[in-house]
Amino acid sequence: MIIGTAKETYRADESLLTTQPQRVWLAIFAASLVALPFVVNDYWLYLTCLVAINVAAATGLNILTGFTGLVSLGHAAFMAVGAYTVAWLETNLGTPFWVNLIAAGLVAAALGILVGLPSLKVKGLYLAIATIAASFILHFCFVHFDGITGGATGINIPPLTIFGAELTTYFSLYWVIMPVTVLMVLGAANLFRTRIGRAFIAIRDRDISAEVLGIPLLRYKLMSFSIASFYAGMAGGLWAYFFRVVTPESFPLLTSIFLLAAIIVGGMGTILGGILGAVFMTLAPELLRYGVEWISPLVPNAGALLSPVRTVVFGALIVGFLIFEPQGLAEIIQRIRRFFRLWPFRT
Amino acid sequence: MANDMNGADLTPAELTVEDVTLSFGGIKALQSVSFTAKAGQITALIGPNGAGKTSVFNCISGFYRPSSGRVLLDGQDVTGLRPPKRAVLGMARSFQNIALFRGMTVLDNIKLGRHGHMKTNLLQAFVYAGRAAREEEELRREVEERIIDFLEIDHIRNMPVSVLSYGLQKRVELARALAMRPRILLLDEPVAGMNREETEDMARFILDVKEEWGISILMVEHDMGLVMDISDHVSVLNFGKVIAQGLPAEVQADPHVAEAYLGSGDPAALMKRLAAERAA
Ligand SMILES: Nc1ncnc2c1ncn2[C@@H]1O[C@H](COP(=O)(O)OP(=O)(O)O)[C@@H](O)[C@H]1O
Ligand SMILES: [Mg+2]
Repeated sequence: MIIGTAKETYRADESLLTTQPQRVWLAIFAASLVALPFVVNDYWLYLTCLVAINVAAATGLNILTGFTGLVSLGHAAFMAVGAYTVAWLETNLGTPFWVNLIAAGLVAAALGILVGLPSLKVKGLYLAIATIAASFILHFCFVHFDGITGGATGINIPPLTIFGAELTTYFSLYWVIMPVTVLMVLGAANLFRTRIGRAFIAIRDRDISAEVLGIPLLRYKLMSFSIASFYAGMAGGLWAYFFRVVTPESFPLLTSIFLLAAIIVGGMGTILGGILGAVFMTLAPELLRYGVEWISPLVPNAGALLSPVRTVVFGALIVGFLIFEPQGLAEIIQRIRRFFRLWPFRT
Repeated sequence: MANDMNGADLTPAELTVEDVTLSFGGIKALQSVSFTAKAGQITALIGPNGAGKTSVFNCISGFYRPSSGRVLLDGQDVTGLRPPKRAVLGMARSFQNIALFRGMTVLDNIKLGRHGHMKTNLLQAFVYAGRAAREEEELRREVEERIIDFLEIDHIRNMPVSVLSYGLQKRVELARALAMRPRILLLDEPVAGMNREETEDMARFILDVKEEWGISILMVEHDMGLVMDISDHVSVLNFGKVIAQGLPAEVQADPHVAEAYLGSGDPAALMKRLAAERAA
């Protein structure tokens, strides 16, 4: 029946993965995520968890900055809000971890709406400054509201408990952190298949015509802020369970810059970009360290000579990406995909 | 009354601009402008450059707030409403200098038009189940089968807008406006910068929109040939004032109009110029 076929086609066209190779690659990727903790050592497991937390946070920032075009340098402060929320709930109420994580997201989202309010009037650099200001205010609160935040010494967090079992190893934490991150990334990918995601992109590209299309700017800008902050809050909550202590210095301005750099290097306005950027920014310094260790036997007095080199190379890599791949790492992947077409399934 | 499945009113709307005055600083861009775009008709708004036509459009769609006067949609006063609200009530517009989202594909641009009529909320969007999936599929089908087909843009549906010719971009803008389920379409210079063939295509589409889709149309246009051929009613604006209105033939014969366009009060000269334009 023709109508039946047409319906099938549109549904298929609108699905997240449209080609067979895409599905196969994703299945391979999912399988490796499951296998990974059994294969790598504890140090790499630690790094993987950190990467996952940063992917969750960067994806949130990407929704706000990459997709909606609202620059924020306050993202780390919302991670801090999430971390403090988890810390407070764990130490005061002892609620289940998933309740705490969602609460971390919601508290951050509520604050995000507040911080987003200027976004209707101010844009670009001015908005960035406003978000920095907001994060300074939050920092002040973390230091001075010591009844809640523990002041300068912060809060120690008990281990994440699930069905009475305490998760203290990286191996066990991986099974919470990675699935949560995967769900968050999938949620973000879904968002941009719907009217809400399209509205964000429309606001980024031309907010005047977005209004004519029936998109209320303030509501959607605030929605974008709250989603981004929700992601930051959840990521901060995961971070809290991972490091088990949160202080006012846990999430400095540098973390916000780190996340912004991640989405720029990875590719603004693509889900893949947020992932790749966070992976790169977290792992590149480590890989460079391995590189330095590897060549140090060949160079006399290597320790002193090579450690600054590592920092310089990392910086140069970022600048290089900005110059030669302004669309980000995600664009490289697209190009490789175009190159191989449907390889290896069809040649 | 024709309703869609969500109960939205889909009958053509009547738009009335009543005594609208608008100033920029000291400049009076519009002075007591009044006219009506009747339901189911094509109304043209013409006038020399700087006459205030785009300003009228901006008052109608809600970007400018007139200092006095009202805008009525089917008798309902919409003067105080923000643009998104007017969009949901059935106003759709295209811009003089195309306002598409250049990075997006043609299909996504068109889909954006439906925003105000969709109901997917944030939670549904994250899960992409239930209503989100259903609405997207419905939208995709309607865009493909009604709009893309009708405007003959099948071949470009997955291209980014930025690579398209000017004429095609204008057509995509019309497509996006149609996706809004409008009851009145406001077109600001729909054929400006188009060649003869593109202009003829666009004229055909505009007529079809009126006749097959049952949508009222108000258009600003410089191409007098097009205006005289397809419009049911013409209002002429000069220096922010309405100087003539009526049937196309009446307006053509009006000495004031010839004066505004040519600087001389001779309608014969205007008609001659029209004939020359059409032959070109
Ligand atoms: N945003 C604005 N600020 C100041 N003056 C404006 C603005 N928009 C339009 N005008 C002035 O209003 C008059 C009418 O302009 P416009 O509506 O664009 O005319 P048209 O579309 O008929 O060519 C012009 O004199 C123009 O300079
Ligand atoms: Mg104009």
